[in-house]
Amino acid sequence: MLIIKLAFRNITHAGFRTWLNVFVLSFAFVLIVFTEGLYDGMAQQVKDEMIDSEIGGGQFWQKNYDPYDPFSIENSHSPLSKDLSDEVKNGNATPVLIVTAAIFPKGHIQSALLKGIDPGQRIVNIPSYVLKNNQDTNSIPGLIGSRMANNTGLKTGDFVSVRWRNINGTFDAADIKIVDIMNTDDQLIDRDQIWIPLIKLQNMLLASGQATLVTLKKNTVVIPTANQNWIFKSNAFLLKDINDIISRKKLTSSFMYFLLLGMALLAVFDTQVLAIFRRRKEMGTLMALGMTRWDIISLFTLEGSLLGILAFAVGSLYGLPLMAYLAKTGLGMPAMTQGAGLTIPPILYPKYGLRLYIVTTIILFVSVIIVSYLPTRRITKLKPTDALRGKIS
Amino acid sequence: MDNNKIITVNDLIKDYKMGSSYFRALNMINISIKEGEFTGLVGPSGSGKTTLLNILGALDNPTSGEAIVLSNSVSNLSQKDAAKLRNNSIGFIFQTYNLLPVYTVFENVEFPLLLLKKGKKEREEMVMKALSWVGLSNKAKSRPNQLSGGESQRVAVARAMVKVPKIVLADEPTANLDAENSHNILRTMQRLNEDLKTTFIFATHDDKVISYLHRKIVLNDGKVVNDLILD
Repeated sequence: MLIIKLAFRNITHAGFRTWLNVFVLSFAFVLIVFTEGLYDGMAQQVKDEMIDSEIGGGQFWQKNYDPYDPFSIENSHSPLSKDLSDEVKNGNATPVLIVTAAIFPKGHIQSALLKGIDPGQRIVNIPSYVLKNNQDTNSIPGLIGSRMANNTGLKTGDFVSVRWRNINGTFDAADIKIVDIMNTDDQLIDRDQIWIPLIKLQNMLLASGQATLVTLKKNTVVIPTANQNWIFKSNAFLLKDINDIISRKKLTSSFMYFLLLGMALLAVFDTQVLAIFRRRKEMGTLMALGMTRWDIISLFTLEGSLLGILAFAVGSLYGLPLMAYLAKTGLGMPAMTQGAGLTIPPILYPKYGLRLYIVTTIILFVSVIIVSYLPTRRITKLKPTDALRGKIS
Repeated sequence: MDNNKIITVNDLIKDYKMGSSYFRALNMINISIKEGEFTGLVGPSGSGKTTLLNILGALDNPTSGEAIVLSNSVSNLSQKDAAKLRNNSIGFIFQTYNLLPVYTVFENVEFPLLLLKKGKKEREEMVMKALSWVGLSNKAKSRPNQLSGGESQRVAVARAMVKVPKIVLADEPTANLDAENSHNILRTMQRLNEDLKTTFIFATHDDKVISYLHRKIVLNDGKVVNDLILD
């Protein structure tokens, strides 16, 4: 208790030196929590968006479907199983038919995926209803994303020729009229693809009633039975790629985490090392007054550790309101972040969990205690007579 | 053994390693000091007086021989017991005052009492009493950097005396003071010695200090060359 009292007295009386350290530590603490919160928020937003607009409560894939093998897509469609048909009829799922095609925007040839979707579906957050409202006999209504529009130069109202092969291997061609351009944060429903009405695509392929995948409604609890042709892919599986990307990004953020922590700890370590040299005469005096070496080690370690506690308090004082504000208003991201490997939403909402706060606090405390203690080990070798003369052994 | 003896030194030797050889700082010292003495270890620089003072204060250990301080053999004391002895029974006064710079005068004087775990009220009373002994009651809230050299040394005296120790060890206490301040400090210590019967042992070569001593133990090259009772 006495050591705590003395340590507190020492650091509060040390004035500017203490507050400089406290500020550096608290700044690192706030920045670490902020950066981690930003990554967590981004990861959550990206996953939420993907669930919302693409994978819902999981998907059933036709057995041959492999999104990474464009050659398999030709053979990746078949009629729905009875269970899946029932789910679609009951409004709990929506089928998607996918076929590779060549499109000719502005006279250039470009490969693309044609994706057929029910214009009336409400399972995924794609504005498929625009396909329902824009049907005419001469062209196929098409919906594209803003990235696809940028890549191809297509605008609403433009026509684009498309060539595909039906299930018999015969090439056919038609014009698609771009009826709308959607803005989405999920580039997997945007890049190099055109959404058209499911029935149209089934007719184009001569594959009536067939689909490549079936997306279940979000939060589906009872999963329909899989069979040989239709294999269930859970959200865990479907989010694996995005989770892997997030993990890699997290690794980068961890580097930042440790860099910031390292810089802050260096300040504490430096202060402690300096204190051992600068205050050696004081140590000699403390010994002469009746303190043991271990009392002095405890005192100096505690002084360093108290900096961590003060930094936590000060950091919380200005950091919590700031982070709460940013969590509410979000943080605008520059356009260049679109090339970061995963689509970063234009406004990021940092997510600060209690776990993040507690874990960061504990790591900071433990690290501060360790770096506060390490330099003080020299005191164990300190002779009182040397210390009084200002020497350190 | 004489019951009044609070320090006994027998055949004490202290060697310091200097590279591959040894330097003998104290050579077969034999002295005893009685309770209430106002004694000085006198001699030129390098004569061993500070070394002897440090051993008597359990800040250092002899190489051989023994130093018995308040019935404790310094050589046999653990680090903890040595700290306890200093805490309970010995006050130190240093040439450079050694005040704790971030503490106020009050807090500096209070420090030994905190280590003795005295209660707050008792501490306050004892600190104010000690400050009144040295005439610094009005400087209780000052910081060491706001004090003159003489005032700083008076604070150091108050800190050494606040717990009313059996022994006060003063290493060149007037070396950084002018004549007037030196005499003030010495008069204060003399008065405390008379009033409280505290034993004062000085390491000094200052004539002003010597003029106040009751006993002068002269050291030269680590040996006691003279031991005089002064009137």
